[in-house]
Parts: sequence; C-alpha cells; structure tokens
Amino acid sequence: MNALIDYTLHLADNALILGHRNSEWTGHGPILEQDIAISNIALDLIGQARNFYQYAARLINDSTLQGAKAPSPGGEGVGGEATEDTLAYLRDVKDFKNCLLVEQTNGDWAKTILRQFFFSAYQFYLYQHLQHSKDETLAAIAEKSLKEVTYHLRWSSEWVVRLGDGTEESNSRIKKAVDDLWVYTDELFEAASFELLATNEGIAVDLSLIKNNWLKKITDIFDEATLRFPSREGQAVRWNGKDGKHSEHLGYILAEMQFLQRAYPNNYW
Amino acid sequence: MDTIEQKILSILETVNDPEVPVLSIIDLGIVRDIKINENEIEVIITPTYSGCPAMDAISINIKLALFEHGYKKIKITSVLSPAWTTDWMTESGKQKLKAFGIAPPTVKQQVCHTELFHDGEAIQCPRCNSYNTKLISQFGSTACKALYQCNDCHEPFDYFKCH
Repeated sequence: MNALIDYTLHLADNALILGHRNSEWTGHGPILEQDIAISNIALDLIGQARNFYQYAARLINDSTLQGAKAPSPGGEGVGGEATEDTLAYLRDVKDFKNCLLVEQTNGDWAKTILRQFFFSAYQFYLYQHLQHSKDETLAAIAEKSLKEVTYHLRWSSEWVVRLGDGTEESNSRIKKAVDDLWVYTDELFEAASFELLATNEGIAVDLSLIKNNWLKKITDIFDEATLRFPSREGQAVRWNGKDGKHSEHLGYILAEMQFLQRAYPNNYW
Repeated sequence: MDTIEQKILSILETVNDPEVPVLSIIDLGIVRDIKINENEIEVIITPTYSGCPAMDAISINIKLALFEHGYKKIKITSVLSPAWTTDWMTESGKQKLKAFGIAPPTVKQQVCHTELFHDGEAIQCPRCNSYNTKLISQFGSTACKALYQCNDCHEPFDYFKCH
C-alpha cells in the first residue's frame, strides 16, 4: 500500500512541478502562439497531477482509517484529511518525489523545449505501459493522459528539430541545453525502492522496458536536429529526487507555489 | 410517456459547455451515463482533457439545471476510462460548431501519430469551406482547440482538434 501511495505521489509530483515550471512562461512566451502552447501543456500537466493527487489522497485517507501510518501525510500538524490541495501545498521539499529534470530552471526557450522533449518522450512510453497497470485508477489516468502527452511530444520534438537544425544562434542554444540537461536523464530510468516494489506488484512500469524506446526516440530526433549526445565524463548528480533529495531549485518553486496556503491556511482565491 | 432518464437527458441538453457555448454537454459527448438510485440522480461525466477548467463549472451547471426541475439529490461522478474522444461528439454538435466558426473534428483520429511537421488531413475552413488551410499552432485558446488559418479567405479559425 505504501509503495502504491509513494508511486502515485511520484507521478503526481513530476506532473505538477513541470506544469508549474511551464506556467512560469505564461505571459512571457517568445511569441503569442507559443506562449499559449506552453501554457496549454502546463494546464494538461497540472490536470494530470490533480488526478494523481486525488487518488493518492484517497489511498492515504483509507490507510489512515485502517490504522496504518500514512507515509506522506497531508501536512504534519495540519490535521484533517489529505486532499489534492494538502498534498500539493503543504508538503515540504523532502516529501516531493519528482525527478530532478522537471525542477530545473526554465533558462531560455531552448532549455525549456529540451526539458519538455526529454520528459514528454519519457511520459509517452511510461503511460503506454501504465495504462495496462493492475491498478485500475492509475491505468485510467494514464489512458486519459496519453492522448495529451502525444501532442506534447510532437510539439516539443518539432521544436528540437527547428532549433537544432535552425540558425547558428538557435543551434548553439539548444546544444547548451543538451549539455545542461543530459545529466538529469539517467534518473528517469533508475527505479526508486517504491518503484521496484510497485513494479513487482504489477502496478508500476518496469523502467527497463521503456528505456530503449526513449533512447531511440531521442536519437532519431537528435539526428534530424543535427545534435549529438554530450560526453558524460566528469558529470555526476549527487541528488536523487525520487527519494526527496532535491536540487536547490525545488525549494524556490515551493516557496512561490505554496505561499498562499502557508500564509493564509485554508484560504481560497 | 417519457422515462425519467429521458427527462433528465432533455434537461442535460440545456446545459452548455461554458467555453464553447453553442455545444451542450450531450453534443460534446461527455455525459457517459445517468443512474437513478432511490431519489438520487447520478450523472456520470468524463473530462475532455485532464486539466479542462470547464469541468467544475459544468458539474455546478448540471446540478443547477436539475435543481430547477425539482430534483434535489444529485451526484456527479467523474470517470476517466474509457477516455473521451472527439468521436463521441454528436453530428448536430459538429454542425453547431461549424456554424459558430469553429472547424469540427474530423472523423479519423489524428492524435495518435507522432510524425513531425505534418498537418494530417486538410481541415476545412468554417467560413469559406476551402480545404486550402494551414496549421498555425497545435495549441489554441482552450485545451481542445488548435489554431488554423485559411489560405484562400485568410480567416484565422479554431479547429476542435481530434482527441
């Protein structure tokens, strides 16, 4: 049960944090149509996060009723039941289980595009498998979300090609983005302990099943975009987002995202 | 004699999508089932998109419409599977969309392909009926729409994209 809750929160946190990052572009996009596109993608991701959080809240409340200690309560000392809002607004950095990739700063348009492309390709193959999960709710959310992710993947792939095979300026920017972000892609395929447990139960997706598809997708698009994989020498990431060990960026995201609920608990606006 | 389900259905036909007000929620195909359990009416709906902000408003409007007709106990249940598809939109809904200036979804689902820089089937301009149109952006003013422009009459228009 705890592995299922943690896994559901992990899926929710990935979608919420990337959705929040993308929403930072709203009103600042390079041109109007792309401002609208990235905001739409943010909306889709936050919608997916809501579905996962609602399910996680139900699982947490059920397990609390049965006397078990819920692994990630909806805010210590807040009392009451877990809800999608307590899970999004009242947990701290160490409770978030998102991958480091999604919390990275937006940088320029190239970096945002590449982050989206890496993650959409990952979500695309992940949800293809998750829609056959033994857990019916996760399967339903994946089936629903997959249609949206298909659009995200196509849009971000086109942009990677456009920038990579574009002008000297756009090419140098996306190359820089590859250098900045490539190191965070390993973590997508390194299963956390809760993922291994949930995979054994037929709930979570076995990440080794999707890694090759993902790599092939990235290689194909990189070829078309005239991009190369960077060398990994000397690069290492010391944190592990899925286990709550985040880069410094997540704290800033939460400080902004959670401000209202922290300052004015239970308020609506 | 109308059955109670038919009565409820005709009330739901008066509830419109707040973002595309020419469409009723029946036209849109998001009402999946109506259940009558001892004095309680349960309306089962499914979202078009995961993040569709209209869903909350639609739930409230369903309740209000049924209240107005004297139904007191109403439950709205949201289901995700099977996932909503534009194939569930009614023919009359598609006609209403076109009359409103939004190109209706084509029959064949196009979302499934990941081919790049590919417009798929030509989308017909709702203004001059030309098929000589171009995709401006896969993402439009709401999650369910893409932005097109007609090469003949130059009108930019929304396309209710396949899903």
